[in-house]
Amino acid sequence: MERVPILKIGDILLVSIQIDMEDQVALRLQEDLADRIVATGCHGVIIDISALDIVDSFVGRTLATIASISKVLDADTVVVGMRPAVAITLVELGLSLPGIRTALNVELGMALLERERGDDSDGDEKEDEDDTGTSAVITS
Amino acid sequence: MNGESQRIEVTTDQDVVRVRQLVRTLAVAVKLSLVDQTKVVTAASELARNTLVYGGGGSVEAGPVDNGRRKGIRITFADQGPGIADLDMAFTDGYTTGGGLGLGLSGARRLVDEFDIATAVGEGTSITVTKWCR
Repeated sequence: MERVPILKIGDILLVSIQIDMEDQVALRLQEDLADRIVATGCHGVIIDISALDIVDSFVGRTLATIASISKVLDADTVVVGMRPAVAITLVELGLSLPGIRTALNVELGMALLERERGDDSDGDEKEDEDDTGTSAVITS
Repeated sequence: MNGESQRIEVTTDQDVVRVRQLVRTLAVAVKLSLVDQTKVVTAASELARNTLVYGGGGSVEAGPVDNGRRKGIRITFADQGPGIADLDMAFTDGYTTGGGLGLGLSGARRLVDEFDIATAVGEGTSITVTKWCR
């Protein structure tokens, strides 16, 4: 079975998904990442999905689960690089990825994580406001 | 279904990936827009996974269609699984019997232009979807 590599860059773990993942590969990534967070003590996770031409509900749920697991392990997760067509499709599908921080690219994702870490004391809850605007389901 | 259609037996996770790849290839071939390609491949992924997870496996057949005015792509997902007892519930966002998000069926329907479902308890489910070029 293929595996998604996890790179450590300073205090951040970088995951760049370059393959069309089978469901089992996505679940494996979830476990591998949890292990790496604990092993490295990293406080940030960036998941680059710029190579993914679709994100279906399974992958979406996996991303949300990864973000939740990371949180419990004291790491913040940012999903970066979502393609416009993927964003449109996700919202129409009904998946607004609540609780997932996003940024347009890796660089902005790193900046976001640094800011997060900077004002960590109250930064977590405040950011949830961002989700409300995108959680509407478009039906046609 | 006119044009040459292709069939994939869906019995593993890998087959769901193969369905996505087949649908993507067909969607590009009939020149769906990038957003529509993304939508139909995503819908196919949801429905193929349903075929696998809820239907216990089955088959997917996909091919180009042409109604004289527009070209498109049509995909049929068939299984001999338990069938769906309550279709209204199954199409409700957030309703699931399988531990998923409950978005597969309702979400997939929003992503395509035509959506036909035939299901009978104890006999199986067959879903045919069509996405037309704009």
